[in-house]
Parts: sequence; structure tokens; C-alpha cells
Amino acid sequence: MTVTTGDGAGSAVEKSDLVTLTIDGIEVSVPKDTLVIRAAEQVGVQIPRFCDHPLLDPVGACRQCLVDIPDAGNGRGFPKPQASCTLPVAEGMVVNTQATSAVADKAQQGIMEFLLINHPLDCPVCDKGGECPLQNQAMSNGRGESRFVEHKRVYPKPINISAQVLLDRERCVLCARCTRFSEQIAGDPFIALIERGALQQVGIYEREPFESYFSGNTIQICPVGALTSAAYRFRSRPFDLVSAPAVAEHDACGSAIRVDHRRGKVMRRLADNDPEVNEEWITDKDRFAFLWARQDDRLTHPMVRDEETGDLRVASWSEAFAVAARGLAAAKRKVGLLPGGRLTVEDAYAWSKFARVTCRTNNIDFRSRPLGADRGAEEAAFLASQVVLTGPDGGAVTYADLETARTVVLAGLEPEDEAGAIFLRLRKANRAHGTRIFSLAPFTSRGLRKMGGRLLPTVPGTEATALDALAENGEVALDGGGIVLVGERLASVPGALSAAVQLAQTTGARLAWVPRRAGDRGALEVGCLPNLFPGGRPVSDASARVDLGAAWGAAKLPEAEGLDAESILDALVEGDLEALVVGGVDPADTLQLYGGQLHGARAKKLRKALRKAFVVALEVRSSELTEVADVVFPVAPTTDKAGSFVNWEGRVRPFGKVLESPTSLPDVRVLAGIAEERGRPIGIRSPEQAATEMQQLGPWEGERLVIEPAEIPHEVSASSTSGERTLVLASWKQLIDDGRMQDGDDHYRATARRPVVLVGQATFDGLGGVEEGDLVTLTGPLGSLNLPVRVADLADGVVWAPASAPGFSVRHLVGPAGSTVTVSTLEGGRK
Amino acid sequence: MATLKEQLWDPIAGFGVTFRTMFRKVVTEQYPFEKVPTAPRFHGRHQLNRWPDGLEKCVGCELCAWACPADAIYVEGDSNTDDERYSPGERYGRVYQINYLRCILCGLCIEACPTRALTMTNEYELADNSRASLIYEKSDLLAPLLPGMEQPPHPMRLGDDEGDYYRGNLRARADDEAGEA
Repeated sequence: MTVTTGDGAGSAVEKSDLVTLTIDGIEVSVPKDTLVIRAAEQVGVQIPRFCDHPLLDPVGACRQCLVDIPDAGNGRGFPKPQASCTLPVAEGMVVNTQATSAVADKAQQGIMEFLLINHPLDCPVCDKGGECPLQNQAMSNGRGESRFVEHKRVYPKPINISAQVLLDRERCVLCARCTRFSEQIAGDPFIALIERGALQQVGIYEREPFESYFSGNTIQICPVGALTSAAYRFRSRPFDLVSAPAVAEHDACGSAIRVDHRRGKVMRRLADNDPEVNEEWITDKDRFAFLWARQDDRLTHPMVRDEETGDLRVASWSEAFAVAARGLAAAKRKVGLLPGGRLTVEDAYAWSKFARVTCRTNNIDFRSRPLGADRGAEEAAFLASQVVLTGPDGGAVTYADLETARTVVLAGLEPEDEAGAIFLRLRKANRAHGTRIFSLAPFTSRGLRKMGGRLLPTVPGTEATALDALAENGEVALDGGGIVLVGERLASVPGALSAAVQLAQTTGARLAWVPRRAGDRGALEVGCLPNLFPGGRPVSDASARVDLGAAWGAAKLPEAEGLDAESILDALVEGDLEALVVGGVDPADTLQLYGGQLHGARAKKLRKALRKAFVVALEVRSSELTEVADVVFPVAPTTDKAGSFVNWEGRVRPFGKVLESPTSLPDVRVLAGIAEERGRPIGIRSPEQAATEMQQLGPWEGERLVIEPAEIPHEVSASSTSGERTLVLASWKQLIDDGRMQDGDDHYRATARRPVVLVGQATFDGLGGVEEGDLVTLTGPLGSLNLPVRVADLADGVVWAPASAPGFSVRHLVGPAGSTVTVSTLEGGRK
Repeated sequence: MATLKEQLWDPIAGFGVTFRTMFRKVVTEQYPFEKVPTAPRFHGRHQLNRWPDGLEKCVGCELCAWACPADAIYVEGDSNTDDERYSPGERYGRVYQINYLRCILCGLCIEACPTRALTMTNEYELADNSRASLIYEKSDLLAPLLPGMEQPPHPMRLGDDEGDYYRGNLRARADDEAGEA
């Protein structure tokens, strides 16, 4: 567990504020306001406890930590044993724990006996058995034999408090850890202690479901087996699990996790403790979405397209390397590379080097998300000038900074959905330090409300103007103690990133970019961009090219800036590119939304072009892309390889290999194989070698690119010209959605938020005769979808719907964010 | 130099032993033609017991695997459902394997078992010629179905919940009564 040092930054100041007390005859000095239970840890005495948790407010619910205090510091002792988890230290206090005091020991044994009176002895079938604080402390601080012979209180068990979280009420010791977590940390207080006395129990509100993105944490901190997860229930035992530290691969937060596996299968994932990053909390996505790599469509062999039949057939690794090399050689430099945003830094580095050395092109772009036409260049310039090579060591924004910032402005970012660890940190900052949080968003989301944030209402597409105006906003009063967090969605608004940079420059606030995928930031650092080489070296800088060429031993590196993701696909359609090397790209986003059309003429053309072009796919599972590929390589998911991610802060998050899987190789090994067959080796074959080479290469110390101030459109074309019902669609992906990396766990999927259409009051009134919760039809460029309607504080002319939700993907069925849509009553005809 | 006794008497004494033994009871066992019962508490092959209605006693708790000093037991638990019930209560052992190449028949697993599901039989003929055939699956270890037992999955026939089973409040079965009558 974490030993909190009061206020992270304040501990240095508090050195002078030390309080000296005596615990079990040992004198110890601890900072003021330290709790006795924590001070006892300093002298090596473990006081048994259930309700106490370093990151939750003290409550003194379980009474297990009773200690004897003969002198409270004022010469008088407490007449009865006191709960050490709620008692701050005092100068001269004398504390006797169970180690030295018979009084304390007897009190603890008594409490333990009380707790066990109604606790069932079903340890053999309890998931917590073997790692249970109650089990352990009953052995260390309780009696060996029960004196209780009467019948225990029983409840029907288990009950679902959500699709994923199960509650066995009879096992509960009423420590209130779960309810305190939900209220204090996650802000989803949908569970509470109800009833009184022996019938007291954890209950749910009848009307509000326990809908929380962080519910899995309550399972982990439950000190008994009262809360269990449906996914892990009865699956294994702690003693036969092998634990390995890892890093969550679902978002750019870099949350530390622990992977527990047995016989080559991941059984569960738990939050690991990293006070600098995720503390002890992770999102449910990081916790439960790990079965995706174990699905039936996992690729297990390299495949090549048979020249005669035209079908994919299983091939040996060496044959597949040779075929891929031959195809790429035939395409000469007309190659594009889309590595995707989910790679480790080491793999991304191999992609970057493979593009430059083997394919001799700069046509590489990790941004596989739909950018929209001509949107790639501005973001690439922003990343190259502002983001690359920044990190906690270089003074970039960190989680700790978020906690102590005076003001945080969010633009194009919904932390609860897109970066759970940031959400929790911001909520903590707001609660503990009163950090003011402002969000440029279309409406006050639940996440923003929980963070105590204020909405700066912004119509999608006008973020640039709004950011520009923010410098003058006296209420926000952004200054040097402020932080601007921009999400990757902001890139789709012309001029918005430049406006954010200008805002930061004029106000002195610090700027940080928060991508959605775990590999985005790492891919940027190693130059998986058309305008950047590894280590932030600008392609346009001749000395950077010479520097890198010398390090790589490559005679000549491609000089011209390459094509970005959208242009690579355009060039394929036009026939300007003949080959494509594609990695962890979600076809649902890249292909299906190409040109903003799902089944439109452009998307059809792209499919045709992909079949014609020579496509090499490096994938974990078969997808629409591997179906059209000419060579398919099975690459390792994060559990099967070592590597590191770089999180949004720029912090390197290394992790080791968890499972041995003979069926797949890391991307770096696959690319090395192709490169060697091609006769232009990349010189690295393993993640370790890649890491060493990156270390030797080092960052670029020359001049950085400068982002040119873009024209900020002050007048946005009014979108409500064609009629009052025409609305702009605001949309983002929800945390739990239909993504392929969340496949396999139905319980987890069932905890997704139910998709709704949010409209403003005026729009709602305009619908006429519709009540909240009724189905309405949302119609956009791609089609229409029936969803329940709800009213939110949306501006007139804006409607919000989730970009992704299981079965209701608005981005595929209605249109991408920013589309013009209409909302109508279900009958459709009635206007 | 050997004594006279060693030279003359000792060889004859040796024949004496042979001669004497000819009149004693033979201890040689004619295994495998004649099989002699073991001691009643002999540690032989394991058996997974059943409740009288045929439900399995094993709850898949893995305590046997935990106790095993030779790491010979592998268990995976799973949830019973109302439609598919293998044992009373919520949990049953979906996978149960004992590797007799590793097992030292020490019996610690028997002591660990909280439901008396795992016991040992007196069967000692555990030789075979392949590794795979010496890893006994649950189907190999389960006790045979006695008369009145029913192959799981089936609902609890003898009680309303697992508590009835564990406390011994087992209801008499209809067919038993019929049999007695």
C-alpha cells in the first residue's frame, strides 16, 4: 500500500513540523497530522485494519485497529482503546499496540470475533481466499477457534450490483471502503451502506444502476470477498497465479497494472501502485478488457496470398518475409506505412527505421484515426513543435502538476471517457486543492460535473475561436499556474491547435497533448510521422538528416516530407502508391470512415485500391485489412512481448514479457525479417536492441520545428441556415464501447453506458410530444439510428451522441463528429 | 587363516537355512495372478466422491492443489448455474487433474479437502506406458455412480440449498422410499 506523505509537494516544508511520539517503546518522529496507524508502520508495527486505506478518508468503521494509549500527549491517557486509523499523532503521545499491550491485543481479538460472527466460513469457495486480509488477520490477530456455535446470518447470494460487480452481503464487514471509493475517488456514489445494526449492508439505489467506469477498483480494495467480479469469479486461486507488472494498453495514461496469469492465459488484471501515475486506481477497461488477444480470430501463422487461387494460405516465416520483401521491392519508393497508434516505442522505432532505411520513404503516419482532409499537416506541425521530446524530466506537465495547478482548461478532451487516470487526478485536485477546471465542450458531461468543472459552452468546430477568446476571459483567468490539456480530437478543428499554442504563450499556461491510444506518444517520439525522424529530428532539417544518416549508417535518407495518413490512402486510390504496410489499425476507423463515407464511392474505391495494391499487414487478430492483404504476419500483443509505452506526460513506461507465445513475433522482429530479405537491414531484431539503439541515438538537440500561427476563423458558418432542425453532431468515443480490444468479456461490455442522444432544451421542445427517454431518430450523412433522447445543457443547434457504443456506433451509422444531422420523432415523417 | 569352523561347519549351516525355510509359510505373492488386499488405510489412487444423488462433492476450491507438495494436482473452478449444476452451491471443479507421475501418495490433499470430496482408494496399480495416460482427468477420478445416483448436471435433489447438504439435512429420495416399500 501507498504510504502517503501528506501533501506530495508540501512534505518538504513540513519537515520542521515533525511530531515525536512513542510507539511500543520506540520513539519516532513523523509529520504533523499523520495517523497513528501510519506512524506505527514507520517503527515496523503492523496494526491490523480493514477500513483504513491510505488514499481514502479515515472513517474508523471496522474498529480492528484498536490500540492502547496510556498518554495522549497531555499526560492523560484514553480510558479505552482507540482506533488508530482515525487518530492523528500528538507530541509526546504514548501508544501501545497489540505487540506490547495486552489491552490492545484483547480489544483486537474481540473485534475480530465480532466481525467473524456473521462472516461465513466459505473460504474454500471465496475468490478472496488466499489473499484475504480478513483471513490473514484472523490468523494473526484473532483466536484460532470460534466460540460461536449459533446460526450465522445469511443472505441470498450473490447479487449483481452491476453486470460486472457481484456482492455477497454475508461476507461484508462493513468497512465502507467501496462506498468511500465510489464517493471520494470515482464520484459515482451509487452504492451506500443501508439499514442498521446486524442488517446493515451495502446496497444500490433502485433507480440508478451502479454505472461507473472505475467499479473494478472496489473489488480490488474490498478486504474480504464481498465484492467479486463476474469475469474472475471462481476462475483461479492466488497461489497458482503468476503475477507480472505491466502497463495498461488501452489509453495514453500509462497506468501501472499487474497481470495475473496461469498456464499461458491471463486470468485477471489488477491496478498496480504507482503514486506518480495512476496511484492505485485503473479504469474498468484497463482491468477487464484483456480477452481480446485470446479470441478465435487470433492469427497464429504468417499467411501469403496464393498466386494461383488468390486466397490466403499459411506460409512459413521465411517465405512470408521473402514474399513481402519482393512485393515491396517491386513498389520501389511508392510505399505507404500505417503503423497505428498501439505500438510499443521499440516497435514504433522499428517501423520508423523500416520506412526510412528499407522503404526509403517518409510516407509513415501513426495517426490511423479519421483526420479529415488536410487536417493532418497542422497536427503534425503541432506535435513536432510542441509535444515531441517533452517529458517530466524536461518540465512537461505531469499528473502531480495537474493536482497542484490553479486552473486546468480541457479542450477536445473528455477525461472520463478518454483518459481515466487524468479524470481521477483532476477530481482529486478539485476536491483537495480547489483546482478550477474548465472544459470547452458542447455540454456539461457527467465527468465534468464530477470534477467540479465549469463548462465553457462550445459548438463543435468553433473551438479555435473559443480558445482564442479564452486569454481575455477574466473568469477563467488563465496564468502561469494554469494548464491547458488538449485532446487529440481538437486536431479536427482548423486552427484549434494553433490557438491552444497561442493561448499558452500569451497567458503563460502550460500545454499538454493527450492522445487516446497507448502508442501514440511513443510513435511520435520515434518519428512515425511524415515530418519527423526519430528523436524529434525534423525531416526538413538537413543537419538532422546527416546526423541520423550517420547514426544509422544509411547513405541517404528521404529528404521530402512524406504523406500523412489521409494522403496515403488518397494516393493508394489514385494509384500513386503501390504498396501499403499496415499495423495495428482499426479498420472500423481507418477504412470504413475514409472520406467520411461508410459505403460511399470513395470507400469503395479504397477497398478496390487495397485489393490491387501490395498490402503487408502486421496484426494480432484477423480483420478486414488482413482479408485484403497479400502478406499477413501475426504480431505479438502487449502481453507477449517486452517493450515500453510513453504516456501523455512523455513518461516512459517499460514493461516485460508476460506470456511466452510461439505463434507470434514482435513487430520489430517481423520488420527486421522483411528488411533483411529486401537487402536493406534495419540492424535491430529485438525490442531490447531497439531500446539500446534508441538510447544511443538520443534526442535531437538542434532547432525544433515552429508551428506557424494558423488563421483562426472568427466567423463560423452558421450551421442552422438550412432549417431549424439541422444540427451539428458533437460526439466522442465512450470508454466502454465496441472497440476490438474490448472483445470477449460480455459482463464488461454490459457495463457500458447506454447510448443516448442529448439535445438542448430548445431542440427538445421543437420535437414536440416526446418525453425524455423516448426513442428519436438521429439522421446523418451515413444513415440513421434510433436512440433514446435526453435533455442536456447543449447550445442550440448542437446534438450529442456517443461515437461508439456496443451496437450503436454513431460514427459508423450516423456520421463522424462535426457532421450535420437531424433529429426527428420516431415516426420520421412528422416534423 | 580361516578356522576349522569356518572351513567345515559354516557351509553346512548355510544349507541348514535353506532346509529349514522349506517348512515355513511362503511369503512370495503371486502378483499379478493373485492379488492380496492392502491395509485398509493404504494410500492408493484418489477418488472424487459424490453426494447420494450423484452431485459432485468437489467445489473446485484448489486447496488440494495448494497442499500438494509435489504440485501434482491441477484444478480449475467454475460457476454452477441453475440450468447446469454439478455440485451443491455456487462453485464446482470444472477441470480436475492428478498427475500420477508426480504424485507421491502422501495424502496431504485428502487432509486439505474441506468437503470430503477427495479421498484415496486402495487401488495401487498405477503403472502405464505414457505420460498422458498417467494424468488422470476428472472423469477418471470420479466415483462410479451407485444405484440411485444420477449423472450430473442435475438440480439438487436432496435439499433446498448447499447448507442442507453440508449440514446433513438430506431429504430421503422418492425412489429410495419406493424401494423400501
